[in-house]
Amino acid sequence: MKFLWFHLMPYKELPEDFKEKHPSVWVDIHSSLFDPRRAHHMYNEFLDELEFAAACGFDAICCNEHHSNGYGLMPSPNLIASALARRTTNTAICVLGNSLALYNPPTRVAEEFAMIDCISGGRLIAGFPVGTPMDTTFAYGSNPSHLRERYYEAHDLVLRAWKEKETFAFNGRYNQQRYVNIWPRPLQQPHPPIWIPGAGSVETWRWAAEMDYVFCYLSYYGYKMAQNVMQGFWEEMAKLGKDRNPYRAGFAQVVGVAESRQQALDLYSGPAEYFYGRCLHVDPRFAAPPGYVTEATQRAGIESQVKMVAEGKGGTGPATNASSATKMQSLARDMQNIVANGYVIIGSPDEVAEQLNELATTLNVGQLMLLMQFGNLSSELTKYNTRLFAEKVMPRLKGLFSEWENRWWPRPMEPRQRAALPAFLPQAAAP
Amino acid sequence: MNEPDTSTIDINGFPTRVWRKGSGPKIGFLAGYGGLPKWIPFLDRLAQTRSVIVPSLPGFPGGDRGHSVLDSHLDWLLAVRDLIDHADLGASDLIGSSVGGSFAAEVAAIWPDKVKRLALIAPFGLFDAREPAADPWAQKQDDIPALMTHTPETYRALKQMPSGANSIEWPIEQTRAAEAAARIFWPLGNTRLERRLPLIKAPTLILWGAEDRLLPPSYAGAMARAIGGHSETQLIVGAGHLAELDKPDEVAAAILRFMS
Repeated sequence: MKFLWFHLMPYKELPEDFKEKHPSVWVDIHSSLFDPRRAHHMYNEFLDELEFAAACGFDAICCNEHHSNGYGLMPSPNLIASALARRTTNTAICVLGNSLALYNPPTRVAEEFAMIDCISGGRLIAGFPVGTPMDTTFAYGSNPSHLRERYYEAHDLVLRAWKEKETFAFNGRYNQQRYVNIWPRPLQQPHPPIWIPGAGSVETWRWAAEMDYVFCYLSYYGYKMAQNVMQGFWEEMAKLGKDRNPYRAGFAQVVGVAESRQQALDLYSGPAEYFYGRCLHVDPRFAAPPGYVTEATQRAGIESQVKMVAEGKGGTGPATNASSATKMQSLARDMQNIVANGYVIIGSPDEVAEQLNELATTLNVGQLMLLMQFGNLSSELTKYNTRLFAEKVMPRLKGLFSEWENRWWPRPMEPRQRAALPAFLPQAAAP
Repeated sequence: MNEPDTSTIDINGFPTRVWRKGSGPKIGFLAGYGGLPKWIPFLDRLAQTRSVIVPSLPGFPGGDRGHSVLDSHLDWLLAVRDLIDHADLGASDLIGSSVGGSFAAEVAAIWPDKVKRLALIAPFGLFDAREPAADPWAQKQDDIPALMTHTPETYRALKQMPSGANSIEWPIEQTRAAEAAARIFWPLGNTRLERRLPLIKAPTLILWGAEDRLLPPSYAGAMARAIGGHSETQLIVGAGHLAELDKPDEVAAAILRFMS
């Protein structure tokens, strides 16, 4: 089992009445809520927390890309990843990822990922999300009717740019470049492991399987709500003749560990309610730009709704096939229901280990992404949560799935061949 | 209101519906945002004295997935030119509303022989940052009817699934129409149409719903100033963006008067 420590980098000081006074945390969130002097401290604390997680022994540290977003302050995750590459040694760096269709030309992604791979000595995991509608179509103005085709074409271009040894011309539908020849080249050959964050779309599952990539289900709603999606994923893998290697799949889970369940409730209720109440408050008008969801996925969604009605099954909580912003409208925002619905796993180390064991075995997921800083959780508590998890929870789960080979993990240079850690300690150098 | 005759033409390999009704001089109609999943009273009113021809735009109801192969503005215009030719609409009077209005204006500008007289109902294609158009693609579904029409019931009725329709494909077709419009007009509706408007020499009637909440009625003035030939402008009181749905009789009467 692999443990990846995932930071969303939320703005931590949204006002208490944010949900009442502001229509959306995303796309048109008001600039007056952002204080760059406070953000200076937040960014530096967030980087500290990621480095701390690496020092505690997590297998990877993760960042991702969002735009115009009050709960995700990383329009460029590559900036964060490059900073982390200089301050960590053996931990994998997982960028989950770059929304390929938004880069013009997409070879920019091939170049920047190759840079991070070189700087880190081959520790990069390259994530390629399509990106949410809020990020891609609204914040970045990308046309929803062209987005997926652009994404697939950009993927083909990046892969070719990584693999081909000679300068080549790319004659695509959306991208035409006479001279494709990236410098630097990725250190991992033929390229870093590729992971695809996505939701419950059959087409994405099939494509990830065909390309032999990891599929990551980045839900904020916990493992109980994810059962249908991951069951669908594994059924599709079986149909395609793929094995059940749990490392084919990643899953994100919010976790708060403490000495006891009561202490965990005391420590984490406020930050969890901040995350689900303020951070995930998205205007539903940004939910469904036409064309973003393919017709095949729309069809599957309508058919499953019809089936559920026919079988007399009422929906409990957000429907698995609803758009992300629609889900966010209907979710629980008080701690009792946040925990009852399983969005957040909290408890003593024993209780958390037990629930994560259930998560891993029921979803059959080997790449576990842990959200251990969430909402406005303080840096001090984030580190407490992280250290306690690393010391008391991780060892109990580490051996899970040891019978499987993780073919989707970075293959870095030998430690003795790598550059020494930077000796950047200005405080020590001061007189 | 009886049904029109339906035939199918091929546009870039996609079967495309053409409706015909009435007799008399030919008049074509290119539909507005959301398209025509059903025949509408406005067309009946025209069919009383004219031979009405209504080809579906690519991706609109009746237009299959024709939009999916149209990548550039030129691709779109050539597809619409094919539509006009294959529907036997060349050298006829042409009406376009909203999205269809933009195409009607482009055809009249670039292929002047294809359009005798032109009527434009609140066409897409312009954007003025001082008076920005609303965003039709960032809306809750429930808010769309009131954005498109002054009397939202008319738009709701047009989009209401009839009994016997395929309950899975119907909603997908309606979403597809919104996607097709997005494919060419995302994100602002601005195709710099004003650069082609001076080429329009056909007599042109510009109609605009006085209560248009999507495209400000002031755009009518900018359009009239840019059009190369004779034009007249008329505001339709009590009508929103798709004025032909809100005020079918008045819109049809104004067009027939102009084109008689």
